[in-house]
Amino acid sequence: MDKVQLLLSLSIALFAIGLLGVIVRRNLLVMLMCMELMLNGVNLSLVTFAHQMGQAVGAVLVFLIFVVATAEIAVAIPIVLLLVKRKHSLDIGAYNDLKG
Amino acid sequence: MGALTWIVVLPLIGFLVNGLAGNTLGKRFVSVVGCGLPILSFLIAAGSVAALLAGGSTPRIETVFTWAVIGGRAFEIAFYLDRLSAVMVLIVTGVGSLIHVYSTGYMHDDESYARFFAYLNLFLFFMLLLVLGRSALVLFVGWEGVGLASYLLIGFWFEDPEKAAAGKKAFITNRIGDAGFLLGMFLMYYAVGTLDMDRINAAFAAGVPAGVSASLIGVLLFIGASGKSAQIPLHVWLPDAMAGPTPVSALIHAATMVTAGVYLVARLSGIFAHAEFASQVVATVGVLTAFFAATVALVQTDIKRVLAYSTISQLGFMFLAAGVGAYGVAVFHVVTHAFFKACLFLGAGSVIHAMSGEQDIRKMGALAKKIPITFATFAVSTAAIAGLPPLSGFFSKDEILWFAYGSSFGGSPWLLILASATALLTAFYMFRLLWLTFFGPPRMDEEVAHHIHESPWSMTGVLIVLALLAALGGFFSIPHFLEPMLPLPQIRPEAQSFHGPLLWIAIGLGVGGLLLAAYFYGNNAARATRLKPSFEPVHKLLSGKYYIDELYEAVLGRPLTWISEKIFLRIGDKFLIDGSLDGLAALAQRGAGRLSKLQTGNLHLYAFLVLAGIVGALIWSWRNG
Repeated sequence: MDKVQLLLSLSIALFAIGLLGVIVRRNLLVMLMCMELMLNGVNLSLVTFAHQMGQAVGAVLVFLIFVVATAEIAVAIPIVLLLVKRKHSLDIGAYNDLKG
Repeated sequence: MGALTWIVVLPLIGFLVNGLAGNTLGKRFVSVVGCGLPILSFLIAAGSVAALLAGGSTPRIETVFTWAVIGGRAFEIAFYLDRLSAVMVLIVTGVGSLIHVYSTGYMHDDESYARFFAYLNLFLFFMLLLVLGRSALVLFVGWEGVGLASYLLIGFWFEDPEKAAAGKKAFITNRIGDAGFLLGMFLMYYAVGTLDMDRINAAFAAGVPAGVSASLIGVLLFIGASGKSAQIPLHVWLPDAMAGPTPVSALIHAATMVTAGVYLVARLSGIFAHAEFASQVVATVGVLTAFFAATVALVQTDIKRVLAYSTISQLGFMFLAAGVGAYGVAVFHVVTHAFFKACLFLGAGSVIHAMSGEQDIRKMGALAKKIPITFATFAVSTAAIAGLPPLSGFFSKDEILWFAYGSSFGGSPWLLILASATALLTAFYMFRLLWLTFFGPPRMDEEVAHHIHESPWSMTGVLIVLALLAALGGFFSIPHFLEPMLPLPQIRPEAQSFHGPLLWIAIGLGVGGLLLAAYFYGNNAARATRLKPSFEPVHKLLSGKYYIDELYEAVLGRPLTWISEKIFLRIGDKFLIDGSLDGLAALAQRGAGRLSKLQTGNLHLYAFLVLAGIVGALIWSWRNG
């Protein structure tokens, strides 16, 4: 396997682990972490493709995504905090109020 | 802008000023603007007519702008002044200005003073558009506009539902006629390819164009004319239109607007001269209307309603003249009628003013000494409409009788007989009105009698001017003046010798009516009262106005209401429209209820569905890749 295939396999693995984590785990914080894993898996593939095509734009875009991801977490963590304050639980099952 | 444009536009300016700012400007300013601009318009019109006559009879055309160009054909806003429109313009602006001046006195205490003058000026604007328009299209704009102004002014005191309803009735009845007018216009355009009326006349003078019937156009146009000029069967709106203020009745429903139909026929005489059948229809409807309205006028007790039926009757006379080809004579009667009927209506207004708003002639009497100027002018005009020589009505009515009998274009003895009977009835009911109003013992309350007073100078002055015109207007022979453009029909050879005797018959009819009225209504109307029981059924039929309103209600009104309520409301509106919309709304609501079950609130399920979607998309793209 050459370097590119290796990196892409790693990125798929990260994404799959993240997705499985979101589906399987019930802890809110762990689910958030798994989402970050998925994001970084995608980021890795982006950087790999950019390297392969010799385009600096891809690498720069990755930094942009980092910033957006940070902002996203900065919003998500307080939401989780507020939820916990309300029901004293990190279990996702406690929050299924939004059903039709 | 040329002089003709100014004649038309000045009243519009008055409408804008008084309509937009009248309430803040004060009554004096409103009066100056409201009367000043029409008078100015009259002066310019007089100047233009003088210039027209000095320059021979070449019509003066003034194009303001091109409205639309379709293909190679242009529709222009153009004004056209020839001898016919000159006569009409002078009447409209002249009598119109006098009535404006009268209104300053009559409407003095009305709180909507500015609105009244704004509407009057608006009416003048549209009326001038109507008589000066070169194209039938411009005429039609004016035609609809005067209908609008008439609607606004009949319903001027719109707080009273009855008066508002009278305005609606006038408007709707006119719309029925307008449909005929529009169809006639389409046919004219189809036949000649232009709507300029001088060109249409010229085209028809060279022979009726192929593929079109002059009589069909004529009948359609006459349907329009009979709506505007209150001829059978569209006459029902005019008596109700008396709900408006009296100057409005004088200006719109006697002197100018209602004669627009006669003007239309005279203006398009080129078509009617080739439309023998249509002309017969015009003459027949005219003479029947004249007779019918005169009989109804015999028993009316409201002073304004007597005059309203008299107007319908006189309009019938005008159409009779137009129908036998004597267009100049019809216009002659338009002019003399404008003078004496305006004077009569304004006189009636002065009487109503003096009687503190009372309109019932059974409660009047003995007013001759108390309001002498009103009485004198009213008496002169009554004599004029009755056809006593040498007043104006005598000349025009005599010529109508003469051509109704003698014209080689449809004149016949039975037209003469009906017209003569009508002339006799006219003299009778007009003198009856004069008698009951001004002579005999007073029949009003003490309270009203105490308040009787002569009207202010702004009103009586106008009455005097109009009475002079009504007396002397006949000496200016309009048929002769119009002969270069509207030649009079040939006289049938066997009728030639009848001219002299007919003159005496005409005088006899007027005098006979006077004597009959004096006989029946002199001595406190004792003979008329004694006669009444033996004619009870006839009297009932006449005071019921032949029950035509009731007939329309039964034949048109009630079926329409039934169809609207049972079919359009219940089936159409409630069942089809409401039902389908309610059904759609319910469907959306139930569907949304079902679909919302998908929203389980379980985050893991959502994430799993996302995974399934991604996998599915991947497989799909791999298969079809």
